[in-house]
Amino acid sequence: MTGQLDQLFVSLKQWLVSFLPQAAQPMAGILLSISAIIGAFATMFAITTIMERKILGRIQNRLGPNRVGPFGLLQPAADGIKMLTKEDIVPFAADKLVHFLAPVVLIIPVALALAMIPYGRNMTAVDLDAGILFFFAVGSATELSVFMAGWSSQNKYSLVGAMRAIAQMISYEMPLVLSTVSVLMMAGTLSLPLIVQAQSGYIYEILPRWNVFTPWGLAGFVLFMIAATAESNRAPFDLPEAESEIIAGYLTEYSGFKYALFFMAEYWGLFAVSGLAVTLFLGGWNAPFPFLQWVPSWAWFFAKLGTIIFGFIWVRGTLPRLRLDQLMNFAWKFLLPMSLINIVVTAMWHFSRVFQFVGAREMRWVLCALVLAIPYFFLGRALGEGRPAKRNYKFAE
Amino acid sequence: MHDAFFYIFAILTVFCAVMVVANPVSRSPITSAMFLVLTITCMAALFVQLHAFFLAAVQILVYAGAVMVLFLFVIMLLDLKEEERRRIKAVSAGLGTLAVGSILFLIIKSTLQFGQAGAIPPHTEGSTASLGKLLFSNYVLPFEILSLLLLVAMVGVILLSKKDLK
Repeated sequence: MTGQLDQLFVSLKQWLVSFLPQAAQPMAGILLSISAIIGAFATMFAITTIMERKILGRIQNRLGPNRVGPFGLLQPAADGIKMLTKEDIVPFAADKLVHFLAPVVLIIPVALALAMIPYGRNMTAVDLDAGILFFFAVGSATELSVFMAGWSSQNKYSLVGAMRAIAQMISYEMPLVLSTVSVLMMAGTLSLPLIVQAQSGYIYEILPRWNVFTPWGLAGFVLFMIAATAESNRAPFDLPEAESEIIAGYLTEYSGFKYALFFMAEYWGLFAVSGLAVTLFLGGWNAPFPFLQWVPSWAWFFAKLGTIIFGFIWVRGTLPRLRLDQLMNFAWKFLLPMSLINIVVTAMWHFSRVFQFVGAREMRWVLCALVLAIPYFFLGRALGEGRPAKRNYKFAE
Repeated sequence: MHDAFFYIFAILTVFCAVMVVANPVSRSPITSAMFLVLTITCMAALFVQLHAFFLAAVQILVYAGAVMVLFLFVIMLLDLKEEERRRIKAVSAGLGTLAVGSILFLIIKSTLQFGQAGAIPPHTEGSTASLGKLLFSNYVLPFEILSLLLLVAMVGVILLSKKDLK
C-alpha cells in the first residue's frame, strides 16, 4: 500500500502512456512530465503568493488579503484575472522584440531547472549525468533576461535596476556554486538523484544521514541559502527591484501578462533553488526518521520545500534591505572566502574518516567546526571595520 | 531524427554567427551580442549530440552565462550611437571574406584528405567522471598552468583597476 502511494504518480504516468502506440510512448512520457511540473508549480505559485501576503501580514501586525473568497483564499485567481485583462503597454522607445522576449527567456530556463530536481523516488523528469551543472548553466541564462528587460525598456530606472541585478547575481553565483562543491565532493557525483541516494540511510538506525547534520553541510547550507536569497532577488537582497529607490528596477516598464510572467518566473526560480537546497543538504525525498518512511517520498520533498519557502518569507518580513556596498563586501569578503574554507573542511572531514581511536568521531566534529568558526569570527569582524564613520551630506545640510 | 537535429543546430549556428557580424536589419552591438549568445547555445546543443554533456553545460555556464553577460554589461555602459552609425567598409569586408575563405579552404582540404579514414577513437566517453580523471592525471600540468594563467590575469586586472597605486 505505502509503496503504491509512493509511486502513485509514476504508475499514473505509465498507465496513461500505455494507451499510446509504442513509437509515441517516450515522447508522450516527456510531455506528461513537463505538463505535470508546469501544472504543479503554477498551482504552488498561486498558493505561495497568498501565503506570503498572509504571513507578511501577520509579521507586520495586520490581516493581509481577506476579501476574495473564504479567508481571502481566492486572491490569486483575482490577481490572475486582473493581470490577464490589463493593457499590455510597450514604451514607444523600447526595442519591441527584446522587450517581448525578456520574460520568455526568463521562464524557459527556470522551467528547465525545475525538470532536474528529484521530487520523489523515481520522480526525476530529466536525469542527466551532470544534472547540477545543467541546473547552474540554465540558471545563468536568467541574468541575460534581466539584462534584456532592463536595456530594452529604454528607461533609466530599468537600466539601473538591471545593472544592480547583474552585479548582484554574478557576485552571488560564486558562493552559490562553491557551497555546493562540498556536497559534490562527498557524494562523488554530479547527478542529483545519486546525491539524494548518498544521503539515505540512518546513523544508529535513527538519525538521518543528511548533509546538513555535518559541520561542512551546515555551513554549506547556510552559505547556499544566503546566496540563493540574493540570486532570486528577494529581500534583504532586493536592491534590483527596490521600490523606494528605483520604482521596480528592470520591471518598471512591464505591465499585464508580461509582468505576471516575470513574477511567476521569479517564484519558480525560488522553488528551483529551494528544491536544490532540499536535494543537496536536506536529504531530498528521504524521510527524517525510519519509522516515518510510510509517508510517500514526494510528500517529504514538498514538505521540506514548503518549510524552506516559509523561511524565505520570514526573512523577507524581518530584515531590512542592504546597501549596495554592504551587498558587494558581503559577497566577496565574507561568503566567497567562507565557501572556499568550507571546501577545505570537507576534505578534512573526508580524510579524517580513517581515524579509528576512541573519541575520533567527536574530535573530527570539533576540529572541523573550529576550522569553520575561527575564520567566521575574524571575517565577520573585518566586515564591520570598513564602515564609514560619518557621512557628509553636501546638499542636504 | 539524430541527423535532423544535427542539421537544424548546425544551420542555426552558422546563421546566428553570420548575424553577429553582418546583420542587415540592425547595426546595434547589443543585437550582435544577443546573436553571439544564440550561437554559443546552438554549439552547446551540438556538444549534447556528441554526448559531451559536461562540455555543453560548461559552454553555456561560462560563455553564454558569465562572459556574455559581462560583454553586455560593458556595451550597456558605452555610447552605442557611434557603433550604430558605422557602416561596413569594402576593404574590411573583402579582407574578412579572404580570411574566412582561406580557413574554409584549409578545412575542406584537410577533411577531403583525411575524411573517411574512420573516426578518431575518443579519449573519454564524455561522462563527467572520466573527464575529471583525465584532467587530474594525464593533463594535470596544463590544467594547473591554465589556472595559474587565469590567476595572473585576475591579479593584473585588479592592479589596473586600482585608482591610487602606492
